[in-house]
Amino acid sequence: MTGQKRRSDTIMVPVPSYAIVPERDLGSQPVLEASHLGIEFGGLKAVEDFNMIIGRTEIAGLIGPNGAGKTTVFNLLTKVYEPTTGTVLINGKDTHGMNIVQASRLGIARTFQNIRLFGNMSVEDNVAIGLHNQIRYNMVEGILRLPRYWGAERRLHREALELLSIFDMQKLADVRAGSLPYGAQRRLEIVRALATNPSLLLLDEPAAGMNPHETEELMDNIIKIRDQFQIAIMLIEHDMNLVMGICEGICVLNYGRIIAKGTAEEIQNNPVVVEAYLGKRKEEAR
Amino acid sequence: MTKAKRKRLIYNIVTFAVVIGAYIIMQTMIANGSITRALKGQLIPICCWIVMAVSLNLVIGISGELSLGHAGFMSVGAFTGAVVSGYLLHALGMENEGLRLFISVTAGGITAGIAGVIIGVPVLRLRGDYLAIVTLAFGEIIRNIVNVTYIGVNGSDLIFSFLNKNAPEGTRMLVDGASGAVKVGKISTFTAGFILVMITLVVVLNLVNSRSGRAIKAIRDNRIAAESMGVPVTKYKMMAFVTAAVLAGMAGAIYGLNSSTVVPGQFTFNQSINVLVFVVLGGLGNVLGSVISATLLTVLPEVLRAFADYRMLVYAVVLILVMIFTNNPAIRALTDRMLAPVKRLFTGGKEEAA
Ligand SMILES: Nc1ncnc2c1ncn2[C@@H]1O[C@H](COP(=O)(O)OP(=O)(O)OP(=O)(O)O)[C@@H](O)[C@H]1O
Ligand SMILES: [Mg+2]
Repeated sequence: MTGQKRRSDTIMVPVPSYAIVPERDLGSQPVLEASHLGIEFGGLKAVEDFNMIIGRTEIAGLIGPNGAGKTTVFNLLTKVYEPTTGTVLINGKDTHGMNIVQASRLGIARTFQNIRLFGNMSVEDNVAIGLHNQIRYNMVEGILRLPRYWGAERRLHREALELLSIFDMQKLADVRAGSLPYGAQRRLEIVRALATNPSLLLLDEPAAGMNPHETEELMDNIIKIRDQFQIAIMLIEHDMNLVMGICEGICVLNYGRIIAKGTAEEIQNNPVVVEAYLGKRKEEAR
Repeated sequence: MTKAKRKRLIYNIVTFAVVIGAYIIMQTMIANGSITRALKGQLIPICCWIVMAVSLNLVIGISGELSLGHAGFMSVGAFTGAVVSGYLLHALGMENEGLRLFISVTAGGITAGIAGVIIGVPVLRLRGDYLAIVTLAFGEIIRNIVNVTYIGVNGSDLIFSFLNKNAPEGTRMLVDGASGAVKVGKISTFTAGFILVMITLVVVLNLVNSRSGRAIKAIRDNRIAAESMGVPVTKYKMMAFVTAAVLAGMAGAIYGLNSSTVVPGQFTFNQSINVLVFVVLGGLGNVLGSVISATLLTVLPEVLRAFADYRMLVYAVVLILVMIFTNNPAIRALTDRMLAPVKRLFTGGKEEAA
């Protein structure tokens, strides 16, 4: 567990283990507590001393230059990699030694930077996999088509369509997921992750490849999802409008280390962040 | 009903209709004597190869694992069937052939399923194509084990010896090492083969369109994503693999109990590859395709007896051609266009969305 849960004084470098929990959530148990998290890939310290606490219904942002280690953090939190150092608690439970499936059952779900849909399956079946652990019947009931099969499948169909309606995708239910346009694939990944009924949703560059209009819509939808499902969301994004627009707390990574934490305003005015990331982006844009 | 579900339903109905229709036609031909002897002799093997192809398709096409030893499970089933049937007849004096066949086939499925578990537990938790290597070895190992296994009945005792034949005077051998199972007693029937095909179709088609089947396909499409959704990978890979092994074992039992002798050399790597060819030709994941290609490729060599020597060569060439055809986008677009009218027939004239 990290130390005190108070907002950081952002200009310090590197920022030690401070929480970015909004005050309103301080009372309840955090969804995620990562402390001193680190991993090495053959000598390369991809992530080092990563500390973060996310509250019940917070929207947190994780930003930083390419190769900073953002996706690696997601992979550590979801147990794709076992961290070399540090601990991850999801809903208060230590995930040490767990695999991806066990972590998922603690209430963490994610999307992928390089889209990983079940490309040969229909849109609805993709969501059905998200619902896999909520609507259960066994293999024999499935093969013999026993009453439980029909009941469960009906519920599955209804809930899948309900979830798809978040992004107005019900009409696409029968389409092969692999043949969806790029933006729709990203949205489907979010729906599929939501279907697992997580308490923490990790989004890895959800707006990548979307046009400004789609991104605008996505921002509204992320807020809507948080409000409706009462979950915490942590997102990686290079689109600063999106990050600054909806994230209540932002964490900046550079070379695997946290260089700043704070609110959008604090981050934008942090000289270290401007030097390492934001400034460079402006130059590139020019 | 959604369009996808209707399409699936139509596909399933067509599949069952083809099999049931073929069965009725064959029975009619048998009844009025218009069937050739050669074809009649092929009916039971055809059923067995259909079951082999459809079950292997479950592993390769649906679950996305490469298995190169499917004939090994058939072998396990065949010898189990021969032993159980022989024991029931000679030791317990069970004369009822139908009951004996039923028990033998069930036993063949169980032992092949156990073999599947033994292979699957260590191998299916690994990533990568280890299954191909291990199943390839399994096929050969089973053959060598049966080569040195001696099982017989003496009175009501089951006599078992390994490596060296060690049986008291007057023992009736059921499995006699390299000479295999002798004087098995032909008790398989075409109807039994047909029933097994139907069971296989129900199991595979219903499994594929259920919660478990979706999980199996999801793991095939993207393992990490499936795990992130909380789908336990090993469990579902095992489910597909062991189900296929059980079905192959049952097919093996019927196959074995269709001839007077079964030798271990019948179930070689070549046979596994034959079944693989059925699956690839019929289309990965396409159950009806497996049924049709298993039937045609079992019948054709009989028809083209003169060319039997070149069969493996033709197989190789056809396999390569099919792979080129199914993987070339231009050719695929062409065949899609040619098949469009047929597809429209099944989708009620509505065009594909997106
Ligand atoms: N499995 C791995 N093996 C070796 N090195 C890795 C592995 N995964 C990530 N890395 C390295 O770790 C560093 C961080 O990668 P990561 O993908 O986390 O960056 P990122 O911040 O997500 O970048 P981007 O914005 O481009 O997505 C990179 O140098 C990358 O090459
Ligand atoms: Mg990344």
